[in-house]
Formats: sequence, structure tokens, C-alpha cells
Amino acid sequence: MLDTISAAEWDALRLSLKVSAVAVAASLPLGLLTAHALARWRFPGRQILNGLVHLPLILPPVVTGYLLLLGFGRTGPIGAPLEAWFGIGFAFRWTGAALAAGIMAFPLMVRAIRLSIEAVDPKLEQAAATLGASRPWVWITVTLPLIAPGVVAGGILAFAKAMGEFGATITFVSNIPGETRTLPSAIYAFLQVPGGEGAAMRLVLISVVVSMGALLLSEWLGRRIARRLGGT
Amino acid sequence: MSLRVSLRHALPGFTLDARFEAPEGVTALFGPSGAGKSTVVLAIAGLVRPDAGRIEVNGRVLLDTDRGIALAAHRRRVGCVFQEGRLFPHLTVRQNLGYGRWFAGRHAAAQPGRVVEMLGIGDLLGRMPADLSGGEKQRVAIGRALLAAPRLLLMDEPLAALDAQRKAGILPYLERLRDETRIPILYVSHAVSEVARLATTVVALRAGRVLRAGPTAELLADPEAVPVLGPRDAGSVLEGRLVAHHEDGLSEVEISGGKLLLPRIEGAPGARVRVRIGAQDVILACLAPQGLSALNILRGEVSALRSGSGPGVIVQLRIGEDSLLARITKRSAAALDLAPGQTCYAIAKSVAVAPADIGGAAPAPLPE
Repeated sequence: MLDTISAAEWDALRLSLKVSAVAVAASLPLGLLTAHALARWRFPGRQILNGLVHLPLILPPVVTGYLLLLGFGRTGPIGAPLEAWFGIGFAFRWTGAALAAGIMAFPLMVRAIRLSIEAVDPKLEQAAATLGASRPWVWITVTLPLIAPGVVAGGILAFAKAMGEFGATITFVSNIPGETRTLPSAIYAFLQVPGGEGAAMRLVLISVVVSMGALLLSEWLGRRIARRLGGT
Repeated sequence: MSLRVSLRHALPGFTLDARFEAPEGVTALFGPSGAGKSTVVLAIAGLVRPDAGRIEVNGRVLLDTDRGIALAAHRRRVGCVFQEGRLFPHLTVRQNLGYGRWFAGRHAAAQPGRVVEMLGIGDLLGRMPADLSGGEKQRVAIGRALLAAPRLLLMDEPLAALDAQRKAGILPYLERLRDETRIPILYVSHAVSEVARLATTVVALRAGRVLRAGPTAELLADPEAVPVLGPRDAGSVLEGRLVAHHEDGLSEVEISGGKLLLPRIEGAPGARVRVRIGAQDVILACLAPQGLSALNILRGEVSALRSGSGPGVIVQLRIGEDSLLARITKRSAAALDLAPGQTCYAIAKSVAVAPADIGGAAPAPLPE
């Protein structure tokens, strides 16, 4: 049953990896900024931002997908200008799958990074300033290396979440083979047809292996970085 | 080379309202916990914005709230050594040392090797901060601050987190720092012994206000300053020249009005040393005492008396060109009938002078 992996299955795996990697890479800068703002800055609307970031975690994924379709669809208030001015289209394309996966994984990423920023002693950043480092340099040379374990953990967690995203993706960009049929969508599709259980099972196993791999990698990287920081 | 500070800042419970000047050398900002010392340091470093004030280092204005000037911390070129070291845990000692040097760019000190050698941290360069002892961390922190080529060095209780032994180990490095660099140093402390050993100038701060300020020897020997410093911590600082090491483990120091025999002092004969003698370790006699175990008997003249509300009296003696303080009871002062102008003998036990109270002396301060 496991001996032959069909082209369609490979496509689903490759697409899932691409969608998740792009989702994490594209949302990481925004995730760092949001986590930093929530951890360090006091501004009006901070709680609202916090709520917005966490919204995908508590909303039914179908709702998130539908809202994305309304906003980023071809005629949506955000989707239309993006497509007209920059040629970036989301609806029914793999980029839309990446957007859905990125948004669904965003709360997990921000949470992990935010916790690690809160653990950084601001006194170290002050010391860096007295040594002549401007704010951006302090952030790059002190804050970022110190939160690296949290960023890695947040990134991998987000990647794993993106790999498993289903509800928002299928609502927003449907289930088009080769374009938006990620692993979960493919599993769902195989289960809809008689005799598809074998393929579904193979994809389930692949999902388990990828998720476990991501988890182990994150643990290993976290330990390695922690050791480099001298156990602190 | 000088620092001029004038600050006003509301703190919980009191208002900091301090104005002082720090000439070249080490200026000790001295006072009890909660006097506002750390706020002064943070304001000078640019890490706290005071309500109002002006700060000037060597004529360069860092802060002037009236004119709307407030340089960011990273543009002030004010080095800081904090109580906890604050080394970057993700960088090696070498990288920590190089951090400020890199940002200093063309201002960077020409010879980092000299700083490393002065602080004795050459063997630590490849280590991570987590593998250093408290004293080593502080030495690296001092080196890191110095290599950023600061125009002023702030040290906020750099020894407070260390035990007595490590303190004793690091004090000689601080003396070298004072004697070998020409950067003004503002040294925050609440320990009189550190102040007496290191400072050229003392600024006494209490509840946010400068109570007294002046050259260390003068201020510490001023009976009027005793209530400010605390009677138990009162004591005068004498500077002298190391004359000889005796075989019985004592060292002989020549001061302007005689000689002192003290527990073994590090250093070669001829070196200048600074000795703090606690006021409560001095006994007074009207007649030349005989048959005493105490080795140090100095003849002098009473120059001032000050009694407070307690049972004690602080007597200031003029011995040669130095001043010495003695803390005795009012009853003894009455029995001896002490009065200014009277000749008197001060007796100090050699062993009463703690090794921590003996250190290398700064080159003589410039005359005012």
C-alpha cells in the first residue's frame, strides 16, 4: 500500500512545503514587528491589535477563509488593487493558500516570539546603547540573537500549523490540483472517492513524519542556541 | 576634562535636585540607598530623561532641557559599568570587548591590548560570559566600556554584587584605571572604604540633594561632614609614601606628620599609598603615652571638635599637613579638657587598619 507514491501525491507534498515555507518566510518580518510591539510598546489600541492577531486562533477557519475571500478576492477591497497595481493575485492560486496558511499560523508565531522578547533583559539593550549602538543596531546585535530560540521555535511551529491548514485554505482558494491542493486538501479529496483510502493513508503518514520532523528540528535548534548562550 | 551636572527629577517619595561638578580623576557619588545616585547615573548616560537639567562633559552639552537638547544614549560617548556587569551572553569576551570599539569607529582607542593587560583579562578572551566569575565579569565590563573610547566613565556600584575577597581583587585594577587613564570617572558607591581608596573628589548625596562636595581627604576629615557620611563610617584618609617592609610583616609609611606601621602593603618602597583610618579606631591622649602595645602614636594639635546629639564627639587633629579624625565620647573629651589648639597624641593600632582601607594613591591632585 505504501510502495507507490503517485505524482498527484508528490504534487500535494511539494505544494504544501512551498506554501508553508512562503507563508512563514513572508509573515516572519511582520511577526517580529507585531511581537515586538505587543511586548515592548505601549500604545492606544494595543489590546485591539492583540485581539486581531489572535482572532484566527478562535474563529472557525471557514469564517477566516470566507473573510479572506471577501477581502482578497479578485473584486475584494484589498485583492483588486493588489492585482491591478502589483499583479499579485490570491484568489484560487497557491499564493492565496500561502496567505491563508500564514494568517492561520500567525498567532502561534507571534506568541512564541513575543514570549522570548519579554524574556530579554532591557538592561542589556541599555548597555548596548551606552556603547554607541543606535536602536536598529541594538535590535540586530543584541535583541535578535537573544530571541533567536523563540524565533526559530515560532517559525517552525507556524510552519507545522501551515502544513496542516485546511478550513480557511479550501474556503478561500478551493481545492485545485497542482495549484491549491495541499496535503490536507488532498487527503480530503482522496477520502471523497471510492478506493482513495490508500493514497490518503500515505499522505497521512507523510504529514505525521513532516510534523514530527519539524518538532524535533525545533527542539534541536532551540537546545543548540541555548547552549551557545551559555544556558541562560 | 570635567563633568558638570544639574538635574531636577521627580522620584517616588522625593525630588532629585542635584548640582555638582566632577573634575578629572575619580569623583565618588556617595550616599545611602535611595538617595537618587542611580537616577543621576541613568540621566547622565541618557537612559532616563530628567524633568529638567543640564549635563556637560568637557564642554560638550549632552542635555539641556531649556534649549531642548537631549542627545540619545548612543551618541553621548558616556561609558557605563553597571552593578551586574551586563555582558552580552551570546558573545564571547573578545566580542563583548569589541562591541563598543566597533561603534566608536575612528574614535576607538588605539591600543586595546593595553586595556586588556591593565585589567588582566587576556586569558579570558575566548570564554563566554556565563563561564566567568563575578569579578572577571566586572573587569570585562570595565574593559568593554573603556574600549568604546568614552569621554566619561560612569560606574554604578560596580563592586556591590561581589564578595569581600573579589572586591579586594578588583580594587587595584580600579586604582590603575584611575591612575593610567585621563577619563573623568563618576563612581557611585555607598561604601566609604571604596570611596576613600579610589576617589579624588566626593559628592555626598542624600534624599536627592548634594549635601557636601569636595576633595576626598578634605571632606572625609571634615568633622562637619561626619553626620552626612554616618558616624560609624567616619574616618580620615592619609596619603604617604611607602618607606620599607619590615621582617615582622609590617610596612612602614611616612606621612607628613610622622610614620605609620601598617599590615603588609603591596608595592615597592617609594610608592605613594593612601590609608583610611576609621575615627573610632583612634584613641587620644594628652601626654605622650608610654608602655602601650599600639605602634602608631602621632603628635598633633586639635583643630576642631564637633558633637552631635549622641554621646560621641568627633575630634579633628592636625598632624603635619594631614587631618585625622578621632571619635571619642563626650565624657572623655571633657576629662581631657580638649579644645582647639591643644597638643594631643593620637594612637592607632596597626591591625585596626583593614587591608581594604589601604591602597595606591593617585598622583597628587592639581592645586585649585
